[in-house]
Amino acid sequence: MVRIQITVDGQRHEDEVEGRLLLVHYLRDRLGKVGTPVGCDTSNCGSCTVRMDGQSVKSCSVLAVQADGSEITTVEGLATGEWHPVQTAFKECHALQCGYCTPGMIMASIDLLEENPSPSEDEIRHGLEGNLCRCTGYQNIVKAVQYAAAQGGAQ
Amino acid sequence: MTATTEAPAPEVPGRQNVVGTPLRRKEDARLVTGRTRWTDSVAAPGLLHVVILRSPMAHARLTRVDVSGALQRPGIVAAYTGLDLVDDFGGLPTAWTVSEDLKTPSHFPVARDVVRYVGDAVAVVVASSHDAAVDAMEAIEVDYEPLPAVLDMEQAMADGSPLVHDDIGTNTCFTYHEEHGSYQASKAKADVLLTRRYVNQRLIPNAMEPRSVVVDPTGAADSFTIWSSTQVPHFVRIFMALVCGIPEHKIRVIAPDVGGGFGSKLDIYAEEAICLGLAKRLHRPVKWTASRSEDYQATIHGRDVIQDVEIAATSDGKMLGLRVDLLTDMGAYLQLLTPSIALLGRYMYPAIYKFETHSFHCTGVFSNKTPTDAYRGAGRPEATFAIERAVDDLAAHLHLDPIELRRRNWITHDEFPYTTVCGLEYDSGNYEAATDKALELFGYDALRAEQAERRRSNDPVQLGIGVSTYTEMCGLAPSRWLGEQGYVAGGWERATVRMTPLGKVEVVSGTSPHGQGHATTFSQIAADALGVPFEDVEVIVNDTAAVPWGLDTYGSRSLVVGGTAVRRAAEGVVEKAKLLAAHLFEADPADLEFDSGTFRVKGTPSATKTIQELAFASFTSHTMAEGSDAILTADHLVDPETFSFPHGTHLCAVEVDTETGMTKIRRYVCVDDIGKVVNPMIVEGQVHGGVAQGIAQALYEEAVYDDAGNLVTGSLVDYLVPAAPDLPTFETDRTETPSTTNPLGVKGVGEAGTIASTPAVVNAVVDALRHLGVDDVRMACTPERVWRAIHGARGSDDPAPAGSVVYGGATTETTAGGRLT
Repeated sequence: MVRIQITVDGQRHEDEVEGRLLLVHYLRDRLGKVGTPVGCDTSNCGSCTVRMDGQSVKSCSVLAVQADGSEITTVEGLATGEWHPVQTAFKECHALQCGYCTPGMIMASIDLLEENPSPSEDEIRHGLEGNLCRCTGYQNIVKAVQYAAAQGGAQ
Repeated sequence: MTATTEAPAPEVPGRQNVVGTPLRRKEDARLVTGRTRWTDSVAAPGLLHVVILRSPMAHARLTRVDVSGALQRPGIVAAYTGLDLVDDFGGLPTAWTVSEDLKTPSHFPVARDVVRYVGDAVAVVVASSHDAAVDAMEAIEVDYEPLPAVLDMEQAMADGSPLVHDDIGTNTCFTYHEEHGSYQASKAKADVLLTRRYVNQRLIPNAMEPRSVVVDPTGAADSFTIWSSTQVPHFVRIFMALVCGIPEHKIRVIAPDVGGGFGSKLDIYAEEAICLGLAKRLHRPVKWTASRSEDYQATIHGRDVIQDVEIAATSDGKMLGLRVDLLTDMGAYLQLLTPSIALLGRYMYPAIYKFETHSFHCTGVFSNKTPTDAYRGAGRPEATFAIERAVDDLAAHLHLDPIELRRRNWITHDEFPYTTVCGLEYDSGNYEAATDKALELFGYDALRAEQAERRRSNDPVQLGIGVSTYTEMCGLAPSRWLGEQGYVAGGWERATVRMTPLGKVEVVSGTSPHGQGHATTFSQIAADALGVPFEDVEVIVNDTAAVPWGLDTYGSRSLVVGGTAVRRAAEGVVEKAKLLAAHLFEADPADLEFDSGTFRVKGTPSATKTIQELAFASFTSHTMAEGSDAILTADHLVDPETFSFPHGTHLCAVEVDTETGMTKIRRYVCVDDIGKVVNPMIVEGQVHGGVAQGIAQALYEEAVYDDAGNLVTGSLVDYLVPAAPDLPTFETDRTETPSTTNPLGVKGVGEAGTIASTPAVVNAVVDALRHLGVDDVRMACTPERVWRAIHGARGSDDPAPAGSVVYGGATTETTAGGRLT
């Protein structure tokens, strides 16, 4: 067991964890942050994407011990009073149906917009390549990212 | 008490109807903020975790399964073999007896003596944590005596083939035949015969949420709450009672947030019975959640149909007769609807065309693979693929434009209602209008000119144009029809609409959303019918305790059937409110009019009551008519007399690099006619997602087994679910020919895009290469297959793409590709 210290959505946690524990399972099973779902076991789908020290990571590909000392933001920590512009954009543009990929898609979109505040359609499609959606055909997700960019993007 | 005795104030002056407007979804607030409840997120005190040891062999006899080693591991509560659990559950159900000769093998949730596909359950472990259970699974010892695997449908039917089920004595699960008129007579009249073999490859549905089940034994552990990632909570309740021998009224099923289904969660699964059985046995709540790779083995697959098609036509392009002969792979067992899937499409082979005769034959075949079942469209994508591919191929043979050949054969708008060769009455449609609109959007003539130029200049990148003028039958419904087909359930749907004391509205629907936006759409319908604000409506679904009656969501039925029930129930509430208003006004109900949520006495403008005021009056019941039913609630059960028949025209332009075989979609235009639309934003989303899945079948996806029966596309690494760069921007539009068979005028849309798009894309790929001698490319049209098709046509390579057992059987691949005669 390893002792770790992680800040998740603004709250500090200290825990003993097994070395093999994945960050996503730490978030879901230990902290009850079940807003971040698991969609695969091969790091392909991106459903579990969170932000770690300002970078988007697939939390199934990070060990909890690797996140020691870091600051994690999940979809549950985005809204501070008001929704994050990307959350609003997803609703406004009907960029989700079942919503299972949505937390990861939103976190990846925020990352994309921070790197490129006014991406082209092609840049959005390639920027979100690591996140799979089975419902929308991606068109409205692209639209949502463009909408959020027009509203001031990632902030 | 003063506050509570005051009736709510009248609301919404000058109310605008919301049906037909793109209201943003009510569902989204929790989904974009992570306030979700997926089954895997459900917690219960003392929860135990279940993992399942699955067979690594496609076919083997279990000579020894020893779980004792697992029981020694830390954290382990229990471990069982299939034989340990014979009293905990029986076999899993099949609900559709498609023919008298149907063979239904025993299908136990955990195998007892023989495993029949890679992924068949062999043993279960229950532990205090998921990790402990996984660790302990390694200590289970199993001796497998290998048996020969049956992997190819045609080989499976040959004399002397090994058998998937010894006790059944054949690999033929069923045969089905239906004749409409004499196909032989059509053939005798024809001077052109198009004979083709098409293959709808095996697909993995890939709902983003892997399946999960939680069962909590409540009370004295004699009643059970089941949370399941299912499309069919009402079915789960009935069948769990039967499979596990638990009284139905002791089972409550909740489908919480469900992360997509696409048919794959329209089923009764082994793990539901396993978890219920274990919860009952151990008196503890248990959870099982699939990993994605486990889901690939343990959740049904889709399609897997070989289609021999023959069209008898005249040389001037009149299609007379259609003969269809199908082989459809059941997999190792029959799941809930497995044998029915290919048959659900049988009336859709004649599609929008005025065939005189139709001969249909279908053979269901067992194999040592994961069972197949409903996947988005279920039988109808296969039918549409075959007919739309064949029509394009016939047009090419007759040197006719594919649109022109369709015009010569389709039902014209003035011929509706039209009874097809199969006896289905299409209520409404306008194929000309949808096609004309699509052609204009697409710029058809300009693209044809560009195609000619690229052919003339021998451009290495060729342009292909594919057409698909589909129709489908959906809104799975008529109970009488379903009964005649040998289905154990009906197809009705039920809704309750009730006003709460303070004038809000609850809609209880027996449909079961998993991403479609029912809460939004049904709120729109109820809000308009009652004249109340959209925000004042709450939609209650997906819990058998709150929704006692329902037949759930599949087959594009929720709006057509379920939405109609909501509308009728809301009208029932208005009728009751009218009687109450008449009583309060001391007026004749016939003298009342209702508009925008307000009742008025004709000729007395000051005498008004809002429906909210009446809701409160009905709650207090201080002044009620003699014998009146006080509460403003109404139920309605809808059992439509027929299906709905959406249609449309999809056009696809692809660029095919003849040097690499790479296909790129340049344009995708679709004009769908789904009748009236309740929420155009949601409709467009359904079309996008449907088209994406159809394109995925055409270009990317295929479940591949090796010659030992291992699923080699066993994870998302190997199975290509398209990502954003793999798909084009879809150009969508609509025409609107209202359905005449439901009061909303709506037709289903959930499956239409998937049904339409696959042939449009493959027709485009073939069209790009036809001048090179190519007349078919097997799906998925990967660069390798396209390249081989080009080189095969040039006589320099094997025309059968990837013709080895690695791709699902030599026979399947090498007997492909019928020829014109």
